[in-house]
Amino acid sequence: MDLFEYQARDLFAAHGVPVLDGKVATTPEEAQAAAESMGGGTVVVKAQVKTGGRGKAGGVKLAHSPAEAAERAREILGMDIKGHTVHQVMIAQGAKIAEEFYFSVLLDRSNRTYLAMASVEGGVEIEQLAVERPEALARVPVDARTGIDAAKAAEIVEKAGFAPELREAVADVVQKLWGVFTAEDATLVEVNPLVRTEDGQVIALDGKVTLDENADFRHPAHAELVDAAAADPLEAKAKEMNLNYVKLDGEVGIIGNGAGLVMSTLDVVAYAGEGFGGVKPANFLDIGGGASAQVMANGLDVILGDAQVKSVFVNVFGGITACDEVAKGIVSALGILGDEATKPLVVRLDGNNVEEGRRILAEADHPLVTVVDTMDGAAAKAAELASTGKA
Amino acid sequence: MAIFLNSDSKVLVQGMTGSEGRKHTQRMLASGTNVVGGVNPSKAGQSVDFTGADGSPVQVPVFGTVAEAREATGADVSVIFVPAKFTKAAAVEAIEAETPLVVVITEGVPVHDSAEFYALAAAGGKTRLIGPNCPGLISPGKSNVGIIPADITPPGRIGLVSKSGTLTYQMMYELRDIGFSSAVGIGGDPVIGTTHIDALQAFQDDPETDVIVMIGEIGGDAEERAAKFIEANVTKPVVGYVAGFTAPEGKTMGHAGAIVSGSAGTAQAKQEALEAAGVKVGKTPSETAKLAREIFQNLGK
Repeated sequence: MDLFEYQARDLFAAHGVPVLDGKVATTPEEAQAAAESMGGGTVVVKAQVKTGGRGKAGGVKLAHSPAEAAERAREILGMDIKGHTVHQVMIAQGAKIAEEFYFSVLLDRSNRTYLAMASVEGGVEIEQLAVERPEALARVPVDARTGIDAAKAAEIVEKAGFAPELREAVADVVQKLWGVFTAEDATLVEVNPLVRTEDGQVIALDGKVTLDENADFRHPAHAELVDAAAADPLEAKAKEMNLNYVKLDGEVGIIGNGAGLVMSTLDVVAYAGEGFGGVKPANFLDIGGGASAQVMANGLDVILGDAQVKSVFVNVFGGITACDEVAKGIVSALGILGDEATKPLVVRLDGNNVEEGRRILAEADHPLVTVVDTMDGAAAKAAELASTGKA
Repeated sequence: MAIFLNSDSKVLVQGMTGSEGRKHTQRMLASGTNVVGGVNPSKAGQSVDFTGADGSPVQVPVFGTVAEAREATGADVSVIFVPAKFTKAAAVEAIEAETPLVVVITEGVPVHDSAEFYALAAAGGKTRLIGPNCPGLISPGKSNVGIIPADITPPGRIGLVSKSGTLTYQMMYELRDIGFSSAVGIGGDPVIGTTHIDALQAFQDDPETDVIVMIGEIGGDAEERAAKFIEANVTKPVVGYVAGFTAPEGKTMGHAGAIVSGSAGTAQAKQEALEAAGVKVGKTPSETAKLAREIFQNLGK
């Protein structure tokens, strides 16, 4: 889960990382009140969106008074930045910046460990810097067992080329950011820029944090960081039912078991759709391993709630998942929906208990259900039905 | 031969007394796996009743620790079915007991935990780790560790390595007429023990494997790295499949990830890397199976 800047700022503050005062606001009035609470001086009004480049897009503006902060917030709230609508701004205390640096620590998948990166040339497009002048970006592997201790922090700041008089202060911030990374189960903590102010303080001015949702069980407080407003209503419904669902743009609803098979099913449907006026998959839905009839019925319920869906493809290869449970789920969901069920279903089952699954579907003999033996054949059938439904 | 797992493998189950562990221990025993013990400190000294492959009753003893179980049984494999919040402790215990093969089936393991026990295994150098969040591995007709159904395919001369569980089953099913030496589900988590490259090397060295099928999916750069490895080190034919061409782009926020991977992580990028290394890549699982079958038949074995 990616955090907003203000959420990252709050986490930083909680772990002793030096940050400036910052308050989130959703209206110009709140923005004004926030600016007043910070003493009425100069503040920065910053769009809170989970994407980069907001400065260039006009989403970061200076305000010299609370009234001006309200004005700037009025301009920024509701803006569209790379497809993200701005619903919140952060009112941040102004600072006199002397120098800008870069620091991040992240999970390095390729090397299966952590990597710290630091540069004395911050505040820029770091990807560009990494390509154009890789020597300006220090990369220091971090052992998962020992982490960033004082010695490792010293190594990072030295490799990055921080001035000797700054090293101690920066190394201290680096160790505190490592504290955020481990204590919060983050996969990314990025500070750009990390700054030195004119009065000599080292401060994390802007932060990006990605949290590992697998670790939510040991972080009950992370539940409050979820951006409920951004979730698609169907995605929210699926999440409540513990289903792994992602809404897409097409017409063929997809249900399968296992992320890899479902991804593959999306691809196979998209290829098949090329022959039927370009119909595409409508969603990703993984019912997971060992799904019961109830889980299957829940999945179908979510997909049939998508008005864009013209046909549904159920693609299951039973490993732990039993095909008879899947078949029962389909039959029971259709039974509950009754006359409201109007969309054709193409079902392909293989693996665990496949004969019983196919028998249940044959016995139910529902007019909307077509059973096809192969994945490719079923994808073609589902695409064809979606294109007919489209016309 | 086969890779990583053989008919003489002796298997421990960590979490055998839980519901998932019990269910899958039964399935492993039914497919002929030599399960020699379970581990649960609060049930040490007890045993659990199962039915063996020949239908006769089997009592599997429960030990207090992996080290004790290894000592008593000579087990060289441990498979972990404990819940995610206990997985790190279970894996650390198996690694510290120098178990040669540790297979972590559990999904939803925090990546900080995986990074830590992977680092421990790598530093110790005694343990091959597979997973977490994987279906395990099977050498058909010999042994089966994890949750892969044993009845999909008979033994044969194809080697399979895959990030995805159900795609593993699908590919085994498509090529069941030829059969498999071993099929290894390495899992799709950001930090995994055994990689495509490790399995490719093992299949290259395995005299019972003639053709290798490799299944990848979007994310990370494991497939790109595997492609480079194949070009330099693998002389056996490799057929590839990558899932996720139409999957939505992940909502990556920080830029740092893309810098590290050095690749967009897209299916397209992976396919191109594999093809550049001379790997034939199928558009769908069935096309991939067809390519593998053609190559196998042309070998004339």
